[in-house]
Amino acid sequence: MTDQQPVPETLAKQLALVIDLNVCVGCHACVTSCKEWNTSGAAGPLADFNPYGAKPTGTFFNRVQTYEAEAFPDTQTIHFPKSCLHCEDPPCVPVCPTGASYTRKEDGIVLVDADKCIGCKYCSWACPYGAREFDEESKVMTKCTLCVDRIYDELLPEQDRKPACVKACPTGARLFGDVKDSNSEVSRAIRERGGYQLMPEWETQPANHYLPRIVTQAPGSSAPESP
Amino acid sequence: MKPAASIVLFTTIAGAAQGVAVVLGLATLAGHAPGAGLSPMLWTVVGLLVVALAASFFHLGHPLRAWRAILMWRTSWMSREVILLPVFIVLVAAWAVQSAIAPSQRSSGQVLALFVIAGAFALWYCTAMIYVCIRFIQEWAHPITIVNYMTLGIASGLVLAGALAVLMGEQEFAARLAPFAVASTALAWFTRALSLRRNARLVPKSTIQSATGIKSARLVQKSMGMTGGSFNTREFFHGASLRALRCAKLGFQVLAFALPLLLLGWAQIAGSGSAWALALLSHSLGMLAERWFFFAQARHPQNIYYAVVS
Repeated sequence: MTDQQPVPETLAKQLALVIDLNVCVGCHACVTSCKEWNTSGAAGPLADFNPYGAKPTGTFFNRVQTYEAEAFPDTQTIHFPKSCLHCEDPPCVPVCPTGASYTRKEDGIVLVDADKCIGCKYCSWACPYGAREFDEESKVMTKCTLCVDRIYDELLPEQDRKPACVKACPTGARLFGDVKDSNSEVSRAIRERGGYQLMPEWETQPANHYLPRIVTQAPGSSAPESP
Repeated sequence: MKPAASIVLFTTIAGAAQGVAVVLGLATLAGHAPGAGLSPMLWTVVGLLVVALAASFFHLGHPLRAWRAILMWRTSWMSREVILLPVFIVLVAAWAVQSAIAPSQRSSGQVLALFVIAGAFALWYCTAMIYVCIRFIQEWAHPITIVNYMTLGIASGLVLAGALAVLMGEQEFAARLAPFAVASTALAWFTRALSLRRNARLVPKSTIQSATGIKSARLVQKSMGMTGGSFNTREFFHGASLRALRCAKLGFQVLAFALPLLLLGWAQIAGSGSAWALALLSHSLGMLAERWFFFAQARHPQNIYYAVVS
């Protein structure tokens, strides 16, 4: 590109996930795969309490939620994966008193340095999305790392240098790439399929985008509206 | 939000201690400082601040790393508070020492009093800004929160200073404080009522539609992705019933403001020391309830994502 304008304060590269609500089937494969990779990776181990009891709880970087839109007979079930959105203006970072929370300049990933975290939980208050989870075992704040210990690992075959959740998705609902590169798969998906950000009202500029559901018309049914 | 006992204790105790420091500072500048009682009262302030500081450590997952919290003062209000609190303690302690060993040196006492007053207000500002700067917790994100930390702190300070003065035999000083205690309690009630009124009228900016981007008018959560709860369900929900919340709201106004106003009026008219003690007791319980309510009333937008377990 030749018509480059100087835009300081903006990252040249911003890695992100683009999640296609149209094809997510809510299988939670991304959740378990994320947990498996990260509990044994640089961010782990991730706590698990009462895992086989009535009320299992623990640290997860990624959750799949389910919502129901519209009313019978046009009811739609929408599975909604939710993890850190790696905001370009992350409100959780400047509030951190120790500098444990930071944005990587080279790729825009928001991370927590577990060795510097004092476990005050203030960053989790400052995230409108509830993306951060305090680990009750290690007593530090944890969050999605976009598998930063995996995506640059040259020991892995090139096709595996993707976040664990992306690799695990059986329907290809999770795209991964640089949203600042207008030719990337994620940028094209956002552009062409109406990709949007969550809670735009707080101007956090989430890097992760979601692709809306497109309601297909069943033969012979009345035309439902897009949710 | 779930009120954390450590933060409730820290903010109320430190607020009252700062208030006493301001009261003693202003009295010193006005030339009405208590005589022999000044130094022990200042040491009481130091003691309360240390207790408050200790309480704040219980909020941390890694208390031994707490020193790191001074590093990000350029961006973090919490960092600024963490720096200012020990500085303030040292200032009050320095004044306590000065008032004990050289009470005749009025000018140095006045300079220290000025620093202590400035320090107390700066500390209130930092504490309040920790909450005000979170723009999406709408109950907090307003300058009235800063005003309240100051007016409530001063009211607590006057009630505590009066009770301490009675305890230390400074009846005359207590009598002089009584009308100010009445006025500051009334002012604190007024400014706190303003924020209660504002919060009652707040419309949350975030909706389930903006949180998910699904534009359907009827949109309900069916699953939050886990059944046994998570950090998100523990940290951001107080778990108290609507009735308990209403009781707390009424209760803190009665205990922190209404009852102390009556008791302080009695203290002023009858010159009763026990009225000061009762006012302090009622006000202290009320302030704990007030701070609990301050956190419980704050609705975090992340709660939209954690509405239904199934």
